[in-house]
Amino acid sequence: MELKRTVKFEADRDPEFARWISHTVGGERIRHCLQCGLCSGSCPLSLYMDYTPRRLMHLSREGFKEEVLGSTSIWLCTACYACMVECPKNINITHLMYALKQRAITEHFYPKRFPIPVMARQFGLMVRGAGRITESRLIVRVFLRTAFWRLLGMSALGMKLFRTGRMPLLREKIERRKEMATLLDSVTATKRELAL
Amino acid sequence: MKFAYYPGCSLRGTGRAYEESLLAVFRALDIELEELDDWNCCGATTYMSVDELTSYALAGRNLALAERKRQDIVAPCAACYLVLNKTQHYMEDYPEIKLTVTRALAAIGLTYDNHVRVRHPLDILLNDVGLKAIAAKVKRPLKGLKVAPYYGCQIVRPYSTFDDQRNPTSMDRLLEACGAKMVHYSLKTRCCGGSQKGTLPEIGLDLIHYLLSEAHKYGAEAIATVCPLCQFNLESFQKESGDRHHPISIPVVYFSQLLALALGAPANKIGLQRSLVPIGSVLAEKEIAYA
Repeated sequence: MELKRTVKFEADRDPEFARWISHTVGGERIRHCLQCGLCSGSCPLSLYMDYTPRRLMHLSREGFKEEVLGSTSIWLCTACYACMVECPKNINITHLMYALKQRAITEHFYPKRFPIPVMARQFGLMVRGAGRITESRLIVRVFLRTAFWRLLGMSALGMKLFRTGRMPLLREKIERRKEMATLLDSVTATKRELAL
Repeated sequence: MKFAYYPGCSLRGTGRAYEESLLAVFRALDIELEELDDWNCCGATTYMSVDELTSYALAGRNLALAERKRQDIVAPCAACYLVLNKTQHYMEDYPEIKLTVTRALAAIGLTYDNHVRVRHPLDILLNDVGLKAIAAKVKRPLKGLKVAPYYGCQIVRPYSTFDDQRNPTSMDRLLEACGAKMVHYSLKTRCCGGSQKGTLPEIGLDLIHYLLSEAHKYGAEAIATVCPLCQFNLESFQKESGDRHHPISIPVVYFSQLLALALGAPANKIGLQRSLVPIGSVLAEKEIAYA
């Protein structure tokens, strides 16, 4: 039997994390949160979350970094923006979910072979190289790196899509592909310069 | 009317029927579209979660290309529509984002001054063309075909200005003008799970099932969608979500396929042959000749 303290202490908080969330893009109004729960009520995924959006807002602004970045909620958010429409304080909740996801990826707060960061990385590489996404190739790349056995289960659907012309294998690409790398590298340089 | 057409990656893959039918609708209504020269991926929801600053630059390139032509953009895909609009909002609201995007664009010889409007086809059809003009061109009325209008998330939330965020009706009105009967569909803006079906399949299948069963409950003979990912999810996983819950089989089409059909386009020119759950028998039952 593992016994754990069920109440958080102030000392468990990470003040840097609290400062970061309220200064990140979209986090300006997080301190205005009333804890009304309209976000959790409107969220179609909150039923599956360990911390609902309302709780996540509170935990983040108080600096409970481990709980927040380790929660399943940030991966469950599909960015449907339902919470943002309902929020009486206009808090940019969806955007904060994105910010948390990015931070969790940077600090490796996710299980091994977890498909969402893999998908994000492969998506980024494909955009950089081709300027466009070829869906069939992206799916194969992601499954090969996470759960390749599931590709077998999907082969019937894949064949149907192929037969109906919805799964072209030819790589989609733009003409001026070099512009992609230049564009993306410029963003990286500005980010570094301005410490964004 | 002339617009810069921004198809996005999905309309060249799983969503081909969306492109085919939409082009047919615009052709029938004499709206000229010119494909945006050398457009690139908008970054979609995926890129936002790796690196949002970069995703604004990706969207920025498309906006700048349209501005150079002095054209407004038509973005049929929900993710593209949202990302392009979001980029415009964030460039206005946050100087550091504007600076980053402006610099990145300058590196490839482009500028952007926020003069492009990003429009959705529903918006253009309803507000620029109008219901009367569309009704007047209907050649093949939809004869009371019962349709569940499914808008999904990102068309109406959070930046759309042309429809209500909780209870949108633009698609309802367009399809009614073509003779369809819209069924009550309270989940019309509920999320389909997006790419969750690929990453966390059990949850994706639950969400898909709720949407299918609600449409079925109110007697819909078809679901009309506005987003390539919604269409793909609702159509492709009916068996899997049925195995997990109870089986439902219902055709899922793009709103533009129904519009194009009503405006007289032949079925094989508007991607109906690409359906995995064919709508043919439903149309035959209503005696809507679709060949």
